[in-house]
Amino acid sequence: MIKSSKSIKAIIGLLGGAVVLGGCNAPTFGAFRGATTQGHDEFKLWVGFVIAGIAVAAIVWGLIFWAVARYRRKGDEIPRQFHENVPLEIIYTTLPIIIIGVLFYFTVVTENQVDAVASHPSEIVHVLAYRWGWRFSYYNQNNTSQGVAIQTAAEPKLLAQPATSSQYPQLVIPKGETVRIVLNSADVVHGFYVPAFNFSRYALPGVTNVFDFTPTQIGIFRGQCSQYCGLYHSEMLFSVKVVSPAAFTKWVSGKQMAQNQSGGSK
Amino acid sequence: MTLIAGRPAIAEAGAHAEAEHGPSGLLKWITSTDHKVIGKSYLITSFLFFCAAGLMAVIIRTQLASPDATVVSQHAYNELFTMHGSLMLYLFAGPFAFGGLANYIVPLQVGAPDMAFPRLNALSYWLYLSGGLIMIGGFLTVGGAADFGWVAYAPLSNAVNSPGAGPDMWIVALALTGFSAIFTGVNLVTTIFYLRAPGLTMFRLPIFTWNMLVTALLILIAFPVLTAALVMLWADRHLGTHIFEVSGGGVPVLWQNLFWFFGHPEVYILALPYFGVVTEIIPVFSRKPIFGYRGMIFATISIGALSTSVWAHHMFTTGVVLLPFFSLMSYLIAVPTGIKFFNWIGTMWRGSVRYDTPMLFSTGFLIVFLLGGVTGIFLASPPIDFATHDTYFVVAHFHEVLFGSAVFAGFAGIYYWYPKITGRMLNEKLGKTSFWLMFIGFWVTFMPQYLLGLHGMPRRIAEYSASTGWTTLNRISTGGAYMLFLSVAVMLVNFWVAWRKPVPAVGNPWDGHTLEWATTSPPPSHNFYALPPVRSERPVWDLNHPNHPTISHEDHKSSPEKEPAGAVGKVADGEQR
Amino acid sequence: MKVEGKLLLVIAVFCAGIAAIYWFTGYEDGGTVMLIGTSLLGLLPASYYLWWAKRMKPRPEDDPNGSLEQGSGVIGAFPHSSIWPFVFGLGAAMVGLALVFGVWTAIFGIVLAITAVLGIISESRRGGSI
Repeated sequence: MIKSSKSIKAIIGLLGGAVVLGGCNAPTFGAFRGATTQGHDEFKLWVGFVIAGIAVAAIVWGLIFWAVARYRRKGDEIPRQFHENVPLEIIYTTLPIIIIGVLFYFTVVTENQVDAVASHPSEIVHVLAYRWGWRFSYYNQNNTSQGVAIQTAAEPKLLAQPATSSQYPQLVIPKGETVRIVLNSADVVHGFYVPAFNFSRYALPGVTNVFDFTPTQIGIFRGQCSQYCGLYHSEMLFSVKVVSPAAFTKWVSGKQMAQNQSGGSK
Repeated sequence: MTLIAGRPAIAEAGAHAEAEHGPSGLLKWITSTDHKVIGKSYLITSFLFFCAAGLMAVIIRTQLASPDATVVSQHAYNELFTMHGSLMLYLFAGPFAFGGLANYIVPLQVGAPDMAFPRLNALSYWLYLSGGLIMIGGFLTVGGAADFGWVAYAPLSNAVNSPGAGPDMWIVALALTGFSAIFTGVNLVTTIFYLRAPGLTMFRLPIFTWNMLVTALLILIAFPVLTAALVMLWADRHLGTHIFEVSGGGVPVLWQNLFWFFGHPEVYILALPYFGVVTEIIPVFSRKPIFGYRGMIFATISIGALSTSVWAHHMFTTGVVLLPFFSLMSYLIAVPTGIKFFNWIGTMWRGSVRYDTPMLFSTGFLIVFLLGGVTGIFLASPPIDFATHDTYFVVAHFHEVLFGSAVFAGFAGIYYWYPKITGRMLNEKLGKTSFWLMFIGFWVTFMPQYLLGLHGMPRRIAEYSASTGWTTLNRISTGGAYMLFLSVAVMLVNFWVAWRKPVPAVGNPWDGHTLEWATTSPPPSHNFYALPPVRSERPVWDLNHPNHPTISHEDHKSSPEKEPAGAVGKVADGEQR
Repeated sequence: MKVEGKLLLVIAVFCAGIAAIYWFTGYEDGGTVMLIGTSLLGLLPASYYLWWAKRMKPRPEDDPNGSLEQGSGVIGAFPHSSIWPFVFGLGAAMVGLALVFGVWTAIFGIVLAITAVLGIISESRRGGSI
């Protein structure tokens, strides 16, 4: 509920455009700040775009409302029949080109940051999406299996549980280190989507998608399949738990022990 | 309002006699090849599909109004959103524009007696109707209607993951309506190229007709690709080919490439006609010529051309497309769209604007569409798309764009041309009520969806857990959807009132500018008793207001002191008669 | 005719250019093929229109001062009613349904379609409701 009242405030912010940027309390315009370095880069771009968008929308809406209010028909007079103004038309053709040039520049810069993959990630996790679940397998830096795999525990139920429910798998990753995700699909197209990381990527059958996360916050974040994949699409949930590197090492060895005891990878 | 200026150049040898005692009643609707009858059939049919798809949306919103809802089962929900999208896009927004409005209005606007190929035109309608019926007929099959989303991504749409007759019917229906669209496209292009009235040069065509021309060309570019893709999909399902199957060496992403190569031009096939509608209405109700007529045409052509090279911005998150290329091309579309916006405002500027219902809806379109356009720019940026792709942010964006054009501008078109088509006026009070309900309902429905998307709610989910915190926003959105429902209901009441208590309309009730207002309401068989001479892009205005011609570019030059250029506010200083 | 031809030429040139850029930046074959196809789709009618535009006098609708008298005369035949499009459409729909439910509907569909084609031909020959 607290979240909702926040969002209503954000609606007002978006609508009115009466938002003043100030210090570290910069408005998020409803978006996540990004719990990874990549996600935060995206967030900064988002804020820039929203501000530019509000400015443009305010100008155009302003012109529309002015025209609506000012030129309402009053008498039966016929207005002057002008129909062009070439210099003006050139101006409002050129200005948008400049604006999109600037936006495109920042897009490319951010895109390169978000899409960059490290040459030596500290962890590699192979993510396999299938109907309707996830399998996370942990690999070493040299891409050998660590013998740790976590996957969706149960068949889909009728109703989706909270993403942190034990029914859904949890991807545990260390804070501050670069984690490589190697994404695949076993059947149809899925979407690997972690809202708090401001990131999603299709899991395509026959294609391996690779990207990096560098988490900056400890916590548990919800994840979900974003690309419609059939009957139980709504229940293809997972969560991401970011822990300290020490806790992560402990967690991995604990898992390795447990899975060795139960006889091989589950 | 009778306009007589020489005989119309129409050959009616033989055909004229037929017109007097042709069939009547139901047989008339089945056998007529008159573009006006076919246009009306299209308008009515597509409006019914709109109502059906709207009811589906109401069910969808009801399901989402509370967490863990079981108003409908997950399977039924998946069918509903698939059919909602399919009906709205394939059977309403497109056919309403290029089958209904264009069919009725374009031959009138170019001063033609009919479409170039009347029987082909009739065939288009029958293919469209049968396609539409087959598509919703899927609900009657054992497995239910298609449930793979309106985009039918492979391999979800293959025989293993989506077995049954429903998906096949969806494929066949789409192929049939696709052919219908292609035939209409051919018909429109030929009509506009060959059947114009003398003096009506290409650069005097009304903008609506121009936009329909570009739309028709886009249809010819896009729909064959869709048909080809559907043939491949059907072959994968039934003939054992592996075009989209990894197992046989196929490429699933190819479907997305093919589909969106159709799909993005399709978006402009759905938008350009409605831009045209608004561009007809604003000058008439502002009593001014359209501002920047040539710029408008240039913008339309640019949008059409660019739309062929932006398809993969729907596929940014696949990881296999060229991001900067498609991002830049998508941004570029903002430029011609911006030109259109400023031209619309420029038309109202220093005009004498009257807010009858058509103008009200057009103004609503301007306000609404702008936000859809701005969020479209956000989504054209791959990093922002990564964060919001397949969420309700995208849902809100494209509803804002498509609802803005197909519904706001579409309804503006209905109110504007209803007198011409039926010879009756619609009730203004009911029209305005319907507008305000829709305008408010629109914001209430879609603004929360932007935030839901930013909070991580994916699209096409049948239910969500309360722990997500999405309940309140979803409730608000559902409330808005009910308002929209009510608004359409008021519109239907308006039709009913016009039907039971007709208020007759004169030939030119709005003081219109273009040739369709030079004939009676409704127009006679073969359209015109007489045509006015065409010497500008608004022949009827010239005839009715001979003392107020458009101030030409030469006059601009010869009297520069009256035209200080620069800011918008200075466009027409010192000249207000 | 000139403007019409040039408009179609815009499609051809634009898509050819984009196809070249796309191929040399993306090396993606599907999109390139579609863009080249689109370019040809513009080129074919464009060359037809431009070829004719050079060889015929401007039509009254291309003449800014064209008068209605210039345009008088027969401009085409416009049938007012015909049952055959409906029959053909019905046939096409049944052929379509054959792709879903098996061959048997196709038989009816093809019979209807052939009847419709014959009907349209004889209708035109009779010169009745052309």
